[in-house]
Amino acid sequence: MAYMTDRKRAEGLGSAKSGTRHHWQMMISSVALIVLVPLFVFTFGAALGGTWEQTVIYYSRPFPVIVAALTILVAMLHFRGGVQVLIEDYTRGAARRWTIIGAICVSYALAAAGLFAVIGLAL
Amino acid sequence: MADVNRGNRPLSPHITIYRPQWTSMTSILTRITGNALIVAALMTVWWFVAAATGPEAYAVANGFITSWFGDLVMILSVWALWYHSLAGIRHLIWDAGYMLDVEKGERLGQGAIVLATVLTIVTAIVV
Repeated sequence: MAYMTDRKRAEGLGSAKSGTRHHWQMMISSVALIVLVPLFVFTFGAALGGTWEQTVIYYSRPFPVIVAALTILVAMLHFRGGVQVLIEDYTRGAARRWTIIGAICVSYALAAAGLFAVIGLAL
Repeated sequence: MADVNRGNRPLSPHITIYRPQWTSMTSILTRITGNALIVAALMTVWWFVAAATGPEAYAVANGFITSWFGDLVMILSVWALWYHSLAGIRHLIWDAGYMLDVEKGERLGQGAIVLATVLTIVTAIVV
């Protein structure tokens, strides 16, 4: 084993110094979602289960479209932050890295698919 | 000294050694509900993509979500969504520096569970 002092081993293993930013982003998205979630539940709930024609007409109106687009986008950004902390708490090393990358890619993909679909419905 | 336990340090969940308490259980529930909601998110985005695709795709997605299995997932997700939202409000209250003592923290957690259940019933009736 290479000669390493205890100090050398410990250096760089402390805080990532990005925790405040992470927490602040979760706070912002959570405040936005407090408003968005009830609006989305009751607009989406009104459309769910209807015929395709009814849904297309319902989601051609600006209000449900804006609520759905914002909720999908902000919820996926909030999930991105939350799932990262979940993974960091229970995994380590390469598994941690790849799971975080995968989970973040899933949240981006869902945000993109959801936004595209909602806008496509509206137009 | 520094070589002791290298690379085998404990990770976060020391769940097994703690007595269950309202504070810890409601905290764990916040994490479980938040992350489990990805299932409802997948189903919801699928529904929107299907609706944008056309009537046949929509019939499949809408049929699945309104089937008994889809209904079960959605009603559990609605409870998870309300609970996670209320638990988030609890965190914002704590972040602002209020209700930090154990008894109030426990009351907030119990309140979140009760209110989430009430809101789920209201949602089931309205939707």
